[in-house]
Amino acid sequence: MPADVDKIPILSLDRSRELFENVQQAAHSFGVRDVEVLFAAHRGALTRFANNNIHQNVAEQGQWISVRVLFDQKTARATTNRFDADSIRSAVEQAIALTKSVAADPELLPLSPPSAIPQIPRFDAATASASPMDRARSVAEAIRVVEGAGQTAAGFYSTGQSVEAIFNSAGLAALHSETMAQFSITAMAEDSSGWAKESAVAYSAINPVQMARRASDKARLSRDPREVDPGRYTVIMEPAAVLDLVGQMFGDFSATALEDKRSFLTDRLGAKLFGDNIHITDDVAHPLQAGVPFDGEGVRRRKLALVDAGVPRELAYARSSARRAGVEPTGHGFPVPNEIGEAPMNIVISGGSTSIEQMIASTARGVLVTRFWYIREVDPFSKIMTGMTRDGTFLIEDGRLTCGLRNFRFNQGLIELLNNVEALSPTVRASGEEAFDMVVPAMKVNGFHFTEVTRF
Amino acid sequence: MKKLALEALDSALRPGVTYADVRLIDSRERDLSTKNGKPSQVSSSESAGLGIRVLAEGCWGFAATDDLSKAGVKSAAALAVEIARASALAKKRDVVLAPEDKYEATWASPCQIDPFSVSVDEQLALLLGIDAELRRNSGVTLAQTSMVFHRERQIFASSLGSVIDQTRTASGAGFDVHSFRGDEIQKRSYPNSFGGQHQLKGYELIHELAMLDHAARVAEEAVALHSAMQCPEGRFDLIVDGSQLGLQVHESIGHPIELDRVLGSEANYAGMSFLTLDKLNKLRYGSEIVNAVCDARPEHGPGLGTFLFDDEGVPAQSADIIRNGQFVGYMTSRETAAAIGQARSNGTMRATGWSRSPLIRMTNVSLMPGEQTLDEVLGGVSNAIYMETNRSWSIDDKRYNFQFGCEIAWEIRDGKRGRMLKNPTYSGITTEFWNSCAAIANRDHWVLWGVPNCGKGQPEQVIGTGHGASPARFHDVKIGAAYAG
Repeated sequence: MPADVDKIPILSLDRSRELFENVQQAAHSFGVRDVEVLFAAHRGALTRFANNNIHQNVAEQGQWISVRVLFDQKTARATTNRFDADSIRSAVEQAIALTKSVAADPELLPLSPPSAIPQIPRFDAATASASPMDRARSVAEAIRVVEGAGQTAAGFYSTGQSVEAIFNSAGLAALHSETMAQFSITAMAEDSSGWAKESAVAYSAINPVQMARRASDKARLSRDPREVDPGRYTVIMEPAAVLDLVGQMFGDFSATALEDKRSFLTDRLGAKLFGDNIHITDDVAHPLQAGVPFDGEGVRRRKLALVDAGVPRELAYARSSARRAGVEPTGHGFPVPNEIGEAPMNIVISGGSTSIEQMIASTARGVLVTRFWYIREVDPFSKIMTGMTRDGTFLIEDGRLTCGLRNFRFNQGLIELLNNVEALSPTVRASGEEAFDMVVPAMKVNGFHFTEVTRF
Repeated sequence: MKKLALEALDSALRPGVTYADVRLIDSRERDLSTKNGKPSQVSSSESAGLGIRVLAEGCWGFAATDDLSKAGVKSAAALAVEIARASALAKKRDVVLAPEDKYEATWASPCQIDPFSVSVDEQLALLLGIDAELRRNSGVTLAQTSMVFHRERQIFASSLGSVIDQTRTASGAGFDVHSFRGDEIQKRSYPNSFGGQHQLKGYELIHELAMLDHAARVAEEAVALHSAMQCPEGRFDLIVDGSQLGLQVHESIGHPIELDRVLGSEANYAGMSFLTLDKLNKLRYGSEIVNAVCDARPEHGPGLGTFLFDDEGVPAQSADIIRNGQFVGYMTSRETAAAIGQARSNGTMRATGWSRSPLIRMTNVSLMPGEQTLDEVLGGVSNAIYMETNRSWSIDDKRYNFQFGCEIAWEIRDGKRGRMLKNPTYSGITTEFWNSCAAIANRDHWVLWGVPNCGKGQPEQVIGTGHGASPARFHDVKIGAAYAG
């Protein structure tokens, strides 16, 4: 483990190891040898604004320790945020008591063996130590941009750091620390709005003023929205819209979901399902990604080719589903015990070379979508999703944006959507509200199904 | 705990601080679940910490910590004040709070059987028994059961002099079955989807749910759905069961009446509301028989939104929201009540745990029962569609346009259930829908449903809310658009 990890103030490797030893001693005193401990610690702050005014401004710090014991082919977990010796002993005792209540499972695996897990540097000291005044100054500047355009701003700016670690009595020890900054802004005009959101490991990579201008421009350009009939349209989805909609399907790329026959990939793996231009990987090491390079049992995350030229190829495997399938685990398992199994968490959808401007210019009649909202699954096997457009929906006519539109409800199958992608932009790290952040392009999609129009 | 909360309050009352409150929380939870005959989730957790909220230079600051040492608490108090002062950099006006009295109280929610006193062996045995019954049906491809128990003691102390000690115990349980066949996944749940029923009760709730008695029927329905007719597309009279109507109330009455949304506080995330201030006491929200309240008082029932005081020390109240179809009230806080000139908050500020600052949240937002029997609700028209148990839900960010999907439906012909229908959905505009309400079943069929996973705020706070509802009938509703070409 590199030395600089120990400089992280909220939870160091040495402190984690010391706490793990306390857990191990407590477990030994109860006659239990096999123990796994997960640690998490975070310190973060969020400055929230609305009506051109900071109205909520919060900070929190916390940590927890989660103990799993394993004996007689049984396992269970107890978690506490108290780190004193008595509380740790009590958590161990509770985990043991819960474990005794469980029937033996002949398929339960022993603890993960240690393995080499590469460090991914994702800690930015300036982001970790950003002050309330740092955030407030940036927010004030962004508000000035929107207010200066005669509009009203709402949004937030957050900065923080987190640590996750796993130790077990088989000798596994892994720790990951990272920082994260997020800025989101909505600019509201009388009858229209615009939006922008970004996240990055370093807050210096985020430019709130530029984002405020982007949101403000969208609000200005979409004023006096027209209502057009619902139906099938060519739709250009900006990256946040792609993220939030297409991002709904990745829980199905789980070996356990296929075993349970709750995945839309059941009986479809290896078959041509999407268009030739759809390539999707899961890659925790991608330079625009964030997250922990090991899973809930301490297995190193491996890069997965989830979709190759429209064919779903690889699945995420936890240790248990991998054992049942006779393959190697991929490092995507959730902490054990759980019912979900695993999921890819670092999605990268390959892009193309068409800019959003080029997509618009090549569209005779279509709709540009800034973001979607309240997306839910209507049908689990055809993967029909419903939701709304929001904060910047535009009509495209003869290759240009002609006006803002009242927002649509859509009911769109993802399989159909990914067969109808005409063009892809270069990728960005996108941040939305309905799925975790991913690396995605904008997409131009034909035949997108809007089913209703709302009142604004 | 009280001593620590008061010490934290003292630490927060620094020069320039005009108001402060502290919430010190100690909570524990037990999660049990099974999948296809094996325990899956078997875990317990506990958490303790405090959140300090201050008003300084006319702005809010909030800091939370789980370091409950004297130094940790002092540091959190100092940070809360520093944050409030930073907020003043982008301030348009000083926060003004509606007046409130000082209270000292101790309360624990009724809990006949302490769920933590019931052995995990017994609880898992019940879940595994249900699981086995579900899998007796060979068409079932996935059977899942779960129980969750949560207890939270909170000491609230404020600079008004209030010291309020509340302990709430909540229980929840349910099961679901999936059936995969051909190119279709069908699902049924009991007593509700997404984790079942949740109430502010002890283990007695688990007994009341009688889950084992319903297992065979629910499994049979899940499998039978494969052979059922696709729900037709068109406009029909619609009857929805109480659990689905509870969620309809949540989305299309509960969220739009949050006054912070109306005033723009949630514009960037959860959105705003069509219920602008000019609509108060003027908008016809629903038909004459539609009456809705926001009621956190224990006498309303053991809902997930039941308490004695909210998280800024305001007593639980019952507020009329819709009276005989007329829109008459919002959910308010001390800050928002003052902002619209109301004399007092109606007590709906709630926070998720110790680490988050309170927001206006639904307490128990309930549709009051009607006067008709269930037979009258079903039989009032010759031809209708009856839908049961939510499968999907979505609504726009001002809460006009909604679409819901249910797990199952039946044709209703002259008051009797006819053919089973699969993949039912319905959609509409909130006020048009509630104005089409033609019949509401009486109190015999009224249940206070729990929604355990309502999200709001940045950072997001997930909290439980309560919604009383009984089956109701709506005229001329758009059905089936989600599956239409």
